[in-house]
Amino acid sequence: MTDAPFILDRGESLWRQRISQFFAKPSAYISFGLLVLLLLIAIFAPWIAPQNPYDLAQLDIMDGRLPPGSTSMDGKTFWLGTDEQGRDMLSAILYGLRISLFVGVVSTFFACIIGASIGVFAAYKGGKVESFVMRLVDLQLSFPAILIALVLLAAFGRGIDKVIIALIIVQWAYYARTVRGNALVERNRDYMEAARCLALPRSRILFSHLLPNCLPPLIVVATVQVAHAIALEATLSFLGVGVPVTEPSLGMLIKNGYDYLMSGKYWISTWPGLALVLAIVVINLVGDRLRDVLNPRLAK
Amino acid sequence: MSGPILSIHDLKVEFGTRQGVVKAVDGVSLNVYRGEVLGLVGESGSGKSVTGLSILGLIDPPGRIASGSIKLEGQELIGLPEHELRRLRGERMAMIFQDPMTTLNPVLRIDTQMIETIRAHEKVSEKAARSRAEEALKRVGIPSPAERLLTYPHQLSGGMRQRVAIAIALLMSPALLVADEPTTALDVTIQSQIIAEVQQLCAETGTALIWITHDLAVVAGLADRIAVMYAGRIVEEGDVDPVLDHPRHPYTYGLLGSAPSNNRRGEKLAQIPGMTPSLANLPPGCAFAPRCAFAQDDCRVVPPALTHAGSRAWRCFHPVPDRETV
Amino acid sequence: MLAYLIRRVGQALLVIAAMATIVFLSIYAVGNPVDILANPNADAKEMAEISARLGLDKPLWEQFGLFVWNALHGNLGRSFVFNEPALKLIIQRMPATLELAFVALIMSIVIGIPLGVWAGLKPDAWSSRTIMSGSILGFSLPNFWIGLMLILLFAVQLKWLPSGGRGPTTNLFGIPVSFLSWEGLRYLLLPAFTLALYKAALVIRLSRSGTREAVLQDYVRFARAKGLSPTRIVLVHVLKNIMIPVVTILGLELGSMIAFAVVTETVFAYPGMGKLLIDSIGRLDRPVIVAYLMMVVVIFVVINLIVDLLYAALDPRVRLQESEG
Repeated sequence: MTDAPFILDRGESLWRQRISQFFAKPSAYISFGLLVLLLLIAIFAPWIAPQNPYDLAQLDIMDGRLPPGSTSMDGKTFWLGTDEQGRDMLSAILYGLRISLFVGVVSTFFACIIGASIGVFAAYKGGKVESFVMRLVDLQLSFPAILIALVLLAAFGRGIDKVIIALIIVQWAYYARTVRGNALVERNRDYMEAARCLALPRSRILFSHLLPNCLPPLIVVATVQVAHAIALEATLSFLGVGVPVTEPSLGMLIKNGYDYLMSGKYWISTWPGLALVLAIVVINLVGDRLRDVLNPRLAK
Repeated sequence: MSGPILSIHDLKVEFGTRQGVVKAVDGVSLNVYRGEVLGLVGESGSGKSVTGLSILGLIDPPGRIASGSIKLEGQELIGLPEHELRRLRGERMAMIFQDPMTTLNPVLRIDTQMIETIRAHEKVSEKAARSRAEEALKRVGIPSPAERLLTYPHQLSGGMRQRVAIAIALLMSPALLVADEPTTALDVTIQSQIIAEVQQLCAETGTALIWITHDLAVVAGLADRIAVMYAGRIVEEGDVDPVLDHPRHPYTYGLLGSAPSNNRRGEKLAQIPGMTPSLANLPPGCAFAPRCAFAQDDCRVVPPALTHAGSRAWRCFHPVPDRETV
Repeated sequence: MLAYLIRRVGQALLVIAAMATIVFLSIYAVGNPVDILANPNADAKEMAEISARLGLDKPLWEQFGLFVWNALHGNLGRSFVFNEPALKLIIQRMPATLELAFVALIMSIVIGIPLGVWAGLKPDAWSSRTIMSGSILGFSLPNFWIGLMLILLFAVQLKWLPSGGRGPTTNLFGIPVSFLSWEGLRYLLLPAFTLALYKAALVIRLSRSGTREAVLQDYVRFARAKGLSPTRIVLVHVLKNIMIPVVTILGLELGSMIAFAVVTETVFAYPGMGKLLIDSIGRLDRPVIVAYLMMVVVIFVVINLIVDLLYAALDPRVRLQESEG
């Protein structure tokens, strides 16, 4: 590692130290910066996008399938081309990014909370309860996520909320396992013994003592899982079981453009694809950097 | 051959560490003759294993042989191209290590590991190689060798595994065998068996043997000559009986004194005070001075050179007086 | 070894039984099974017929018995769309998917192990770092997008390979396979490669860490002290040691490969089980979905079983431990 060793500076809180460690490597600035940029784009899409791709009144089918750089009937430039309905690709991507990120972050967030709570609870209870929960976790994790998600969505139907629920159901187990593993290590540590000796109420021990110490690896895992969730949602949308056609995520946009790949109208699929890949790579980079900082033993 | 089988001259081996360059071996010179057993004694960190590995050319980065000469049967090994060294390894010189469970590959059968050694050096049929392997197992005292060939290492006991390793090492009848603490990981009873067997084998074949160990008791019964290492240097050397009866270097003296057999019942075990110095942080002057009962001021200024007396040598300004016996 | 075998088979059967129960409960106990398993266009007479066949008037456990009985006889309902037994449809498409998965598996080994071992032997070389970065991309990028890009490059731009579908098949023991002809292979190449990429990345990382660990081991040092050539040391000593974890993980991943084939088959319009599933979901052809689920569970369990047995064959310590224990 080329980073400076971890030095405890009196007066600096742990958070500030971690943050400065994070940025010790110059590439961290780039990846974090890109991440912030993507988030801003996603949040402010309605204001940035030249066109609202969902507003049917703004679309003109005569503008359909135009290559990048062409102009519309009324003089607007379609920098990234249009899809078969005349939607401006740039706007569609901005909105699509919004939905993709939204689904990814929200599903990860809830899956993390639910999974982590279950994991911590199981680790603390021990015995049969823990055994049962972990077997459930193992069973679910032994099946590929995509299959479970497919079956769930086949039953639920399409819709953003249903996708989020499906993703939560698919992902919670992973957090439960991670946290439980951590909790197992932590619960034998001295500070836990001390807390028990003080006869602190169990909920307090769990949430104020055990959970905060399980947080760092959890943060790392959750960050990388956001990328994973985004990829999974994109795949599901591409397969036609994810978000509805009216609110396309990046995956859905790619699906729309799939039929036109052969005829050389690559832009309908390629640009959304690049946006998707960019989002995933950036989140992964940030996640990796977090891992280096929060869990140096696990790096490499 | 009248000259020494192995002749090491002023060997220096360095390791690049975070704290800087560490001299694991700092100017070691040794000679070993045909059929002779040399005991190389020292604590961990003394440089004894590194010396052994250097002979076989198995020092990997971040370590490197900085300078010096190692001659095997008159041929200079340092600087020899890798494929030449590889030819000599296993054929003219061999090495066995401490833990036989990790020395033998756990997923390969014994016969595979033996036959490949032979066929790496000689063009023989598999059948011929197999019968030679069987012979070798018999020689190291392994019963039903033909069946043993078909087994895996974990099916054998520790002592037997080490015997297999020894058999492999001696398969090509090398001129030199370097044994790096081969009995340390074994039961005491097995230890003496193996020591006796190796001694006999080497006597039979005339193989020169360097036995690296931290245990003086092992050396006492086995070696012809002894060399004691401390902090990368040889501090005492000579025929085994005179050295063990009348050690000159205070470290050897301390080692002998701390041997449990030297205690009277009920007495506290004598120990050399202090710890081996970190090789990155050697004191000025004699490396042993901080722990030495006989140290004087001049010991802390300049490291002593070897004083020779006949076939003995010691590295000390104020050696243990001749009269002192342990 | 025999005891081990019997025990493992018993475990496998238990898992299948558990899955069957779950599937049964979700169809029969949740909602009206007639709605799920009957054609929405059926008239009242057909509905009554189906109700009778499914035994919906009987107690639940009898229904379960009927379900199991039917399942064991290969009767998992009829497809709404094709009006054929659902299981028959799945089995018809199975060879295509299995073929794809196997070719992908072989590809991931052939690509992954040499690259991983190389990266392990020379961890600081520029080539190794490239390989490792590539492997990270391999499993974080969405698979379907990689497939699309490959189509764009090789089929549309370069026109070297077909963009989808399955090649001409020949019969091998009565099963139609396409890899025996060059033309058939051409159709398999891109989809198999796409499917293999994720696993190859995994194999690269595994092989690399395994190799890095192995070269530090005493037995490698001893092998060098014996004068063995580095080629032999890597190919025989190191490889056999890293094969064990690699095979285990790969074997377990084969099952997920078959599941992932769903995506690849859709991207490349490859007529396998996966595409059938997606189409069925789109067409609400539920009996086919149920049949696919059961089939996949069985395949999973069988694969896990085979992997365990293979592991025992490769690692002599496991085999003998079981026989002595």
